[in-house]
Amino acid sequence: MLSIKNLHANIEGKEILKGINLEIKAGEIHAIMGPNGSGKSTFAAVLAGREEYEITEGSVDFEGNDLLDLNPEDRAREGLFLAFQYPIEIPGVSNVNFLKTAINETRAYKNKDAITAKDFLALVKEKSALVELDSKLASRSVNEGFSGGEKKRNEIFQMAMLDPKLAILDETDSGLDIDALRIVANGVNTLKSPDNATIVITHYQRLLDYIIPDFVHVLYNGKIVKTGGKELALELEEKGYDWIKTENVEL
Amino acid sequence: MIKELTKKDMLIESLNELDFSNEPQFALDLRANAKSALENLEFPTSKTEYWKYTRIGKIINRTYGIQHEPSNSNIDISSYLIPELDANIIVLVNGFYREDLSKIETENGIKISSLKSVISQSDSFIKDHLGEIAKVENELFIALNTLCFTDGVYIDLDKNAVIEKPIHIINITNSNNLISNTRTIVKAHDNSSVKILESFVNLQGNESFTNNVSEIFMNPNSQVEYNKIQNKEGESYQISTEQVYQRKDSNFTINTITLQGTLVRNNLNIEVQGEGCETNLNGIYLGKDKNHIDNHTIVDHIKPNCNSNEVYKGVLDDNSVGVFNGKVFVRPDAQKTNAYQQNNNILLNDNAVINSKPELEIYANDVKCSHGSTTGQLDKEAIFYLQARGVSKKTATNMMINAFVKDATDNISIPALKNYIDTKIDTRFGNKN
Ligand SMILES: Nc1ncnc2c1ncn2[C@@H]1O[C@H](COP(=O)(O)OP(=O)(O)OP(=O)(O)O)[C@@H](O)[C@H]1O
Ligand SMILES: [Mg+2]
Repeated sequence: MLSIKNLHANIEGKEILKGINLEIKAGEIHAIMGPNGSGKSTFAAVLAGREEYEITEGSVDFEGNDLLDLNPEDRAREGLFLAFQYPIEIPGVSNVNFLKTAINETRAYKNKDAITAKDFLALVKEKSALVELDSKLASRSVNEGFSGGEKKRNEIFQMAMLDPKLAILDETDSGLDIDALRIVANGVNTLKSPDNATIVITHYQRLLDYIIPDFVHVLYNGKIVKTGGKELALELEEKGYDWIKTENVEL
Repeated sequence: MIKELTKKDMLIESLNELDFSNEPQFALDLRANAKSALENLEFPTSKTEYWKYTRIGKIINRTYGIQHEPSNSNIDISSYLIPELDANIIVLVNGFYREDLSKIETENGIKISSLKSVISQSDSFIKDHLGEIAKVENELFIALNTLCFTDGVYIDLDKNAVIEKPIHIINITNSNNLISNTRTIVKAHDNSSVKILESFVNLQGNESFTNNVSEIFMNPNSQVEYNKIQNKEGESYQISTEQVYQRKDSNFTINTITLQGTLVRNNLNIEVQGEGCETNLNGIYLGKDKNHIDNHTIVDHIKPNCNSNEVYKGVLDDNSVGVFNGKVFVRPDAQKTNAYQQNNNILLNDNAVINSKPELEIYANDVKCSHGSTTGQLDKEAIFYLQARGVSKKTATNMMINAFVKDATDNISIPALKNYIDTKIDTRFGNKN
């Protein structure tokens, strides 16, 4: 589904991603962990198509498309979804209205008819129930006045509405209380299918108790320096990152 | 100096061709008065504080033709109508009221007439009040209008007349290099209520200058909503003055929507001369190319217990320039005034410019007043967020602009007009990358 080869990216002349290689197949869940500032959000933003980053080397193939060649909206329409680490507030733009536009522009892109008002409402009802997002919140301005946890839940609500092939969740667990964490994880697991895949970026093993990863990668200093199974997350939780940093220097 | 005098003289000279000799004495006196006022008024320069950011060279450095009498040429007005709006339609062409193109079915309690005709009948209200609040000695363009307005509209509301159907004045210029002066008078009697919209448009009408003045007289407990839509294509100039006089418990709302215009200057002067009044001034201006759009507003709170609310939103693209100067006076007697003023701007291009100056002058001590002004760009992160959900960049930009102007359009109470403005904004920015 996703094949990343030797991906390098700069911002303001500074190299942040220094050669990332990653293969993701349908049905898989990949966790990416790593110390603050190691480049996890940058990696996610580069995949989503943020323009500020300059790709200096490498390639990304997404379902047979050259991902780096697509603009952000077409990446989304092809089935890529990014749940932001810091979802922003957009006053005056209604959450459901913009989602309706997003769905319809995606359908038009795929030469499908627009969704009917009735079907759309039913979808909102179903998906907001799934993440237990108050329907009042669903129809307010995007994230405006939402609590930190509500913003994260809204990201998963949007993901559920858009039904992506590949979802990247950037620290969706941080700022969530235990119940919310379970709800969000449950949402992700419910949406899981053999045809889609998920990348979870997280600092905490806790989330991975709910969303069980097939692979755990450690991103350090712009590179994936270690890959393992779900037990790697436990090891990191116990030992921190120092042993990997040292190991990496030795390499 | 000499050069400027010559320009003014030349302009007045050319307007002398207009023949008003058939008008009754009161009108002749008014025009004579305007002419002598003009002798003491000069075209504003960069030293004129009130015109500091707006150079009028484009308007005065050229010669104009004038139309002497109404023509009877047929004009297709369908493209100027507001879809889904059931309104009384008044058509003004090149300064003249065109009864043949207008469509009026008046309800009880309202009279809509050509101003010229009520002048010739020496209507008693017009006789006593025309020019009473738009004072010729105050401003050259008011004097110029008074000297030579050819026609206009008189809207006369009886006591207690609550008029359901909006009145849509379509003010058209369809000739190049033409100067036209129109005058609108609204008399809102006690407890009356009306909604008016006036669109300024052109059909050809390149390099033409429209100088219009409205005088709105509001009796106790009356309500007037005036929506002004400026949408002149090509090279066009407009100076527009609304002079409003509010008596107690009256409610005045003006929505000024400037979609485009080479040089547009709006002067709003609201005298709040009674207690318990509401005054709402909202504006949206969308500059493109080298448009220069200037909104000057004055709200003068003279009596206590009044509220005024002002929200102006500007979206400026290309090399356009916006000017906002909003003045609120709170006079010593005007205790318990709530005055709120806000001007926000988005610059879509590095070459666009805004000069924003909200001003409060407060002489009373028990008041609540605030003002603010912001200028920024569209939030790139927000646009990326929307794109990352599958919304195209142009739709996302459009959503952001709509969200930005929203609190200025919220006060338009005519749904069809609101839709019309939304659509105009959509087509304007929806196609941009
Ligand atoms: N716009 C920017 N300008 C300059 N440097 C940036 C910019 N964005 C990110 N960086 C730098 O890139 C590096 C990686 O940042 P990134 O946000 O990707 O880290 P992260 O792994 O997501 O960290 P965290 O765990 O704290 O979320 C950091 O050193 C950061 O300061
Ligand atoms: Mg991060």
